[in-house]
Amino acid sequence: MDTARANRRLVIRLLGGSVLMFGFGFALVPLYDVFCEVTGLNGKITRTGAIETVEADTSRQVRVRLIGINNEGMPWEFSPQQSLLTVNPGEMKQTAFQAYNPTGRSMVAQAIPSVSPGVAAQYLHKVNCFCFNAQPLQAGARADMPLLFVIDKELPPEIHSITLSYTLFDITEAQAADNGSAEPDGGSPI
Amino acid sequence: MSTLDTATDDIGHDHHGPASGIGRWLFTTNHKDIGSLYLWFSLLMFLTGGVMALMIRAELFQPGLQLVEPGFFNQMTTMHGLIMVFGAVMPAFVGLANWMIPMMIGAPDMALPRMNNWSFWILPFAFAILISTLLMEGGAPNFGWTFYAPLSTTYAPPSVTYFIFAIHIMGMSSIMGAINIIATILNMRAPGMTMMKLPMFVWSWLITAFLLIAVMPVLAGVVTMMLMDIHFGTSFFNAAGGGDPVLFQHVFWFFGHPEVYIMILPAFGIISHIIPTFSRKRLFGYASMVYAMASIAILSFLVWAHHMFTVGLPLVGELFFMFATMLIAVPTGVKVFNWVTTMFRGSLTFETPMLFAIAFVVLFTIGGFSGLMLAIAPVDFQYHDTYFVVAHFHYVLVPGAIFAIMAGVYYWLPKWTGHQLNERMGRLHFWLSFIGVNITFFPMHFIGLAGMPRRIPDYALQFADFNMVASIGAFIFGFSQLLFVWNVIQTVRHGEKAQARAWEGAEGLEWEVASPAPYHTFATPPRVD
Ligand code: HEM
Ligand SMILES: [Cu+2]
Repeated sequence: MDTARANRRLVIRLLGGSVLMFGFGFALVPLYDVFCEVTGLNGKITRTGAIETVEADTSRQVRVRLIGINNEGMPWEFSPQQSLLTVNPGEMKQTAFQAYNPTGRSMVAQAIPSVSPGVAAQYLHKVNCFCFNAQPLQAGARADMPLLFVIDKELPPEIHSITLSYTLFDITEAQAADNGSAEPDGGSPI
Repeated sequence: MSTLDTATDDIGHDHHGPASGIGRWLFTTNHKDIGSLYLWFSLLMFLTGGVMALMIRAELFQPGLQLVEPGFFNQMTTMHGLIMVFGAVMPAFVGLANWMIPMMIGAPDMALPRMNNWSFWILPFAFAILISTLLMEGGAPNFGWTFYAPLSTTYAPPSVTYFIFAIHIMGMSSIMGAINIIATILNMRAPGMTMMKLPMFVWSWLITAFLLIAVMPVLAGVVTMMLMDIHFGTSFFNAAGGGDPVLFQHVFWFFGHPEVYIMILPAFGIISHIIPTFSRKRLFGYASMVYAMASIAILSFLVWAHHMFTVGLPLVGELFFMFATMLIAVPTGVKVFNWVTTMFRGSLTFETPMLFAIAFVVLFTIGGFSGLMLAIAPVDFQYHDTYFVVAHFHYVLVPGAIFAIMAGVYYWLPKWTGHQLNERMGRLHFWLSFIGVNITFFPMHFIGLAGMPRRIPDYALQFADFNMVASIGAFIFGFSQLLFVWNVIQTVRHGEKAQARAWEGAEGLEWEVASPAPYHTFATPPRVD
């Protein structure tokens, strides 16, 4: 019968549509990252790695406030060496965060950065950061974790201060499960 | 409007009558049986979710913690929301669709009767799983019906896995139902029933079904991501592994906002039948009603972030979502205008379905206005996550969706049962519900504006009076629903014999078959002109 054929065709199309939309839900994940990257939203830092040195713009000063936060249940002591830096755009700045593992077991941590205001994220260039890698610490050990960054000279003039905060997550178990692969799942944590 | 040239209402079909016993219901492929199953199931879920709501309101009757543990309170708010949305409102609309759409378009049954049986029968399993989590170790889901990650992943009780499974089944049921409805409407119309002659309820469901197919898979996707985060070590929503909790909200609300229109478009359809009937006039602005629903559906994909104004959206985002949201009020306003204009200079009578329909128009509009207030991004920073939001969505959902469902049930009950309902009891039910709903939800606007957060078992003393008022209203509303149950059961069993056209001004094919509607209708399609 005609209707039966028409029904079958329609059902196949509609089922196809739902499968597509199921895929679209997952496609939203990379799309979201791409969108944040292109627009520089969400305070995610996307510019990393070596950089050509340029002359600093000494006519301008930007305050960079550093914050270290422990995620729930993370027992480490974690704080910036200096909590407030004054930086000239273009100047390469070196600092560090101090970490101490007071527990009796070795642990692995991952720091997740966030920049506020979000638009400043794309002007913050990290040459080197402890957040690029998982950070292991033996029981009772201390470490200075380095951070090397440059603020782009193109930073919009209305921005006078930037907050760079790190949240420290305990990933010991995940690392053990992954057999020590350096990169946790779900994309780059940078 | 339309006439039949074959007399179909007197087809004997005794040999095709319903099977007897429980088998009739388990294996039925008859759209009327399945419609009834959906409606009874929805009523059961409505009462279950209602009991949970009353537990919430009992705890909030006074400040301080007196009846339940805070943890259990959170399980109640979560389960109440999930059960009402997925168990009460959505299945009720599907039930009405099953009963009415084939009769309205002159089709003998739904296009895919066997799948129809499946889409219903997996639902009780989904809800049995969901409700059984209350007895599990760690308790039922407690993270709110919006289940934001990582609250629903890292910090969730173990029962979350069963919750995810239940959502998957509900999603499958909805998708199958939607496919069936689209196929029925597009392929099974009687000759002469062109698209622009479709009854408004059929139009509303066609659009809703497309919304379902577009967003239920996204819901399935987001719970699947949760499942993977919980059990397979991925980090979709876990910042430590490079994921992002805000991503959860984007994906969830991409489903969530169209979902709220899934819960209101069929209501628009029902109201567009009842108001013309009891105004004894044709619906004003048929075409504009169709276009308004279509534009609401399309716009509903562009406004999801109005639930996320406070997550730190960039300014352009706030502005875009603010204006896009306000734009939806325009087609919604067109519909309200058309209903009011239909009533204007009509010869109105106020039988129970009409009372509910008029209350719908008035109270839904109040909910629309509070929605507009919430859409203003800068003020939403104050209103977000307060009782003002609770007031808003209960106004659009209770005297909105639920009143429309009740109006529809009262309206079509004579057709289903062959009996007139008990008008006096119906009106009593209406007035108690109307008063109860307003006593419950109107004060929530004020306590919300004053800053009372939602989803808390205890609150500051200055909110005490209005909370007590709201709780009293909730008990009035809750218990008056027993009148509805009683009235429906009595009408099923006996009552004054209903005519084919049970209401004087009723138009449409469904009123041209006998009351009660024979088990098989339109075995030969009617001719519509
Ligand atoms: C004129 C139309 C509407 C507008 C402008 C509107 C606007 C909004 C806004 C801005 C919010 C977010 C408030 C916040 O969380 O801070 C909201 C929440 C909500 N709206 Fe509406 N809305 C409208 C119609 C509807 C309709 C028709 C429904 C359902 C039938 C609905 C159901 C909901 C629900 C369930 C929530 C709360 C979700 C939650 O957080 O649990 N709204 N609405
Ligand atoms: Cu919304």
